[in-house]
Amino acid sequence: MTIPFIRTALVAAALAASPAAAQDSLLNTSYDVARELFEALNPVFADHWQETTGRTITIDMSHGGSSRQARAILEGLRADIVTFNQETDIDVLAAGGLLSADWRDALPNGASPWYSLPAFLVRDGNPLNIQDWDDLARADVSVIFPNPRTSGNARYTYLAAFAYALEQNDGDEDAAEAFVRAIFDNVPVFDTGGRGATQTFAERNIGDVLVTFEAETGGIAAAYADQGLERITPSVSLFAAFPVAVVSEVAERNGTSELATAYLEWLYTEDAQRIVAQNYYRVADEGVSAEFADQLPDVRLVTVDDVFGGWDAIQENHFAEGARLDNVFVNQ
Amino acid sequence: MSTATFDPPIRAKRVLPGFTLSLGTTLLYLTLIVLIPVAALILKGAEIGPDRFWRIISSPRAVAAFQITLTAAAIATVFNAVYGLLMAWVLVRYDFPGKRLLDALMDVPFALPTAVAGLSLTALFSANGWFGTVLHPAGIPVVYTIWGIAMAMAFTSVPFVVRTVQPVLEDMDPALEQAAVTLGARPWAIFSRVVFPAILPAWLAGCTTAFARSLGEFGAIVFIAGNLPFKTEIAALLAYIRLEEFDYNGAAAIALVLLGFALILLLVSNLLQFWASRYHEVSR
Amino acid sequence: MTVTTLTHLPGQSRRGERLLIGLAVSLSLLFIAAPLAFIFARAFSRGWEVYAANILHPMTLHAIWLTTITAIIVVPLNVAFGIAAAWAVAKHRFPGRGILVTMIEIPFSISPIIAGICYLLLYGRQGLLGPWLQANDLQVMFALPGIVLVTMFVTAPFVAREVLPLMQAQGTEQEEAAVTLGANGWQIFTRVTLPNIKWALLYGAVLCTARAVGEFGGVSVVSGNIRGQTNTLPLHVELLFNDLNAVGAFAAASTLTLIAIVALLVKAVLEGRKAG
Repeated sequence: MTIPFIRTALVAAALAASPAAAQDSLLNTSYDVARELFEALNPVFADHWQETTGRTITIDMSHGGSSRQARAILEGLRADIVTFNQETDIDVLAAGGLLSADWRDALPNGASPWYSLPAFLVRDGNPLNIQDWDDLARADVSVIFPNPRTSGNARYTYLAAFAYALEQNDGDEDAAEAFVRAIFDNVPVFDTGGRGATQTFAERNIGDVLVTFEAETGGIAAAYADQGLERITPSVSLFAAFPVAVVSEVAERNGTSELATAYLEWLYTEDAQRIVAQNYYRVADEGVSAEFADQLPDVRLVTVDDVFGGWDAIQENHFAEGARLDNVFVNQ
Repeated sequence: MSTATFDPPIRAKRVLPGFTLSLGTTLLYLTLIVLIPVAALILKGAEIGPDRFWRIISSPRAVAAFQITLTAAAIATVFNAVYGLLMAWVLVRYDFPGKRLLDALMDVPFALPTAVAGLSLTALFSANGWFGTVLHPAGIPVVYTIWGIAMAMAFTSVPFVVRTVQPVLEDMDPALEQAAVTLGARPWAIFSRVVFPAILPAWLAGCTTAFARSLGEFGAIVFIAGNLPFKTEIAALLAYIRLEEFDYNGAAAIALVLLGFALILLLVSNLLQFWASRYHEVSR
Repeated sequence: MTVTTLTHLPGQSRRGERLLIGLAVSLSLLFIAAPLAFIFARAFSRGWEVYAANILHPMTLHAIWLTTITAIIVVPLNVAFGIAAAWAVAKHRFPGRGILVTMIEIPFSISPIIAGICYLLLYGRQGLLGPWLQANDLQVMFALPGIVLVTMFVTAPFVAREVLPLMQAQGTEQEEAAVTLGANGWQIFTRVTLPNIKWALLYGAVLCTARAVGEFGGVSVVSGNIRGQTNTLPLHVELLFNDLNAVGAFAAASTLTLIAIVALLVKAVLEGRKAG
C-alpha cells in the first residue's frame, strides 16, 4: 500500500508544483449538478486525446452555481472552458471581454451539446399528489430549488413556471408574476447551487418537491433509490440549453486554445453524447436519443425565444435590478 | 488598549538590540496581512454610502440573520459559562483517573477543523445518527434548528472559557479558602463568596471571547444549520451568500457589522483581562 | 495539588465531588468525545478497503498535499512574526504597545469569512489591486497565494499569543546581562531568549499548524474550488459531501481529525516540558 501511495502522492505533488505542465491541463468551470457527468466524460476524452495526439492531459473541474462561476471567472478564476447551463452566464463573460460575443457560432446547436428541462422530484408515493406547476403554488406544498441569483438552474425554474402561468392566464404577465411569487413563497431555503438544493431535499429531508434539471432528478432518484423518490415531469416545461465556450482570453494565455476547442467539439461525438444521455440529459444525436427514449418521458417544451423573445428581453424584463424577479424573490 | 496607559514611561536608552527590526517586522506583517485587507473592507463600506448601508443591514433578512446569530451565540455562551466553569473546576480541584485525558479533550475544539466538527455533529444528531435516533422520536430535532447552531457554536468556543479560568483557579491562594473553612463556611458559601469573586474577571473574559468566536463561526454551522432564511441563517453565511451573488455591497455591509461586533467584544475582553490581571496581583 | 484536600469536607462534599466529576466526564464524553469517535465510525462504516480507496483517491491526496504546502509556508512565517512581535512588545517599552497587542489579536475575533471577503475586495480582478495584478499577470485569488494569505490572516495571533506572556514574565535581566558581557543581538536571542521560550514557541507552532490545516470559511471564499488544484482538505470534505459521497467525506475528515489528535499529543508532551 505504501509504494502506490507514495507514487500517487508524488504525482499529485508534481501536479501542484508545476504550472509548466499547463499546456496539457484544462480547467473546466461548470454548473453545480454536472459533477457526475464530467466525472464520466473526462477520462474518456483523456483516452481519446492520448490516442489521437499521444499526449496525456488532466482536466480540472470546478463546480458551483452557473452565475456564481461566471462571476468567479470575472474575478480572476482562470477557466479555459466553461460548460454552463445558461447562455446569459456566457454573455456576461463576453461583456467582460473574456471571450468573443459570437461564441454561439463556434459550435453546432448554438454551442449547446445537450439540453434538459426543469422537472420535479417528489417523496415516496407522491403523498401530496404533485403533478404540475400549479401544485407548486398550493399553500400546503413546500418547494425546494436554488437561489436564482446564483444558479442558472433556478432561473430556468423561474422561467418555466412563468411560461406555464402565461399560458394559463392568456399572456397576462402580472398574473403570471403573482403565480410565480406564490411558488417562491413556498420555498424555505434558496441554496446557492443546484446540488445544495438537492442535499437540502434528499439529505436534510426538507420540502415536498425538488425542482431541478430532469438530469439531476434522474441521477438523484437513482442515487437515493432507498428513499423511493419519484420523478415527475410537468405538462409543459422550458427547453434548457447547456451552452459551452472556450474562455479565449484565458486559453490563449495558458496556450490551451487548441485542446479546449477539441474538448468542446468532442462533446458532440456519439461516444460523448451516449455518456451524456446515460446521465439523464437529452441530446441532439438522434441515434443516441432513440437508445435512451424510455428513460426520458414525453414533454411539451417551449423555448426562451418563443415565450420571452430571447435572453436580452429576459434580462431586461426579468433579471435586471428592479425587474420581475426582484418582485418575486422578496424573501431574499 | 488599556494596558498602554499603565506602562512605565519610555526609557531614555534602549538596552536590548533588535527593537527596530522586531517592531518593523511586526508592523509590516500586521499591515500586509491584517490591516490593508481590513482597510479594503472599510473602504468598500464607505463607498456604499450611509443610506444604502442602512437599507442593507436593516433589511428583514439581515436583521433576522443578526438576531439568530446573537441568540444562538448567547445560548452557546450561557451553556459554556456553566460547562466551562465546571470543567475548569473539576480539572483543577479534583484528582481522578483519566483526568489528563479529559484535560486534553478540552483542546479538541481548538485543534479539530470546524468544518469537520460541523459535519460530525450534523450526522450525529440527524435522524439516523447516534444521538438523533434517541432525540428524534422524542420530538427534539437539533439539526437544522437554532439549537443546532448554538451547539456548534458551543462546541467550537468552549476551550476559551476553560482555558481562561483554569490558570486563575490554579494560582488562587489556598489560604483564603482555608480561612473560610476554619470559620465554618459551607462549601457552597466558600465557592460563592471566596472562589467565585476571584475568578469572576477571568470567567467573564473567557465568556466574552467565546461569544465573539461564536458570532464569527461559520464552518461548523453551515452543515448543521439548514441555512433557512429567517429561521436558521446566520450573519456570516448571509455575507457569504451575498458574495456568491456578487452583491459586494451587501457582503461588505454585513461583514462590517460583524467586524464592529468583533472589535467591541475584543475591547471588552481586553478590559476584563486587564481587570483580571490586576485582581490577580492584588489578591497575591 | 495541595489545595485538593481543602474541598474534602466531611460528608456531602465527597458526594458533591463525585457528582461534579461524573457530570464533567459524561458531558465531555457526549459533547466532545462522541463527535470525534463518530468521524471514524462513519469513515470506516464500509470497511478498510473503501476507506483506503477514499484516502488514496488522487483528488484527496492532492487536497492533503495542498493543505500541507499551505501549512509549510504559513507556519514558519507565523513563527517569525510571533517571535518578532513578542520581542518588540515584551522586551521594549514604546507608546502604542497596548494597541499593538490588540491589533495582533484582531484575527481571533474576526470571522474567517470576513477575512476572505477583505482579501477578495483587495486582490480580486475587480478589487482595489485587481487591475494592477491583472496587468502584471499575477494570480492571487483562486490560487495558492490567496489560500496562503487568508490562512496567514486567520492564524496570525497563534504564536505571538503563546510566546508573548512568557517573554513578559521572564523580563529582560538575562538579556541585559548578556549585553554587558558583549553579546550581539543574534547571540542574545539564540543563547539566552530562545532556550527560555522554545517550548512555548513549539506549542504555538503546533496550534498554528492545526488551525492552518483546518481553516475552512476564509479559504472557501478565495479558493475557487478547483478539484485537484485549489481544493484544500477541509474544502474537499465539503466537496465530497456535495458529491453525495458521505463516507468519502468522513474519510477525508478522519485525516484532519488524525492531524488534530497528533497536534494534541505533541501539545501534551510540550506542556510537560514547559512545566518541567
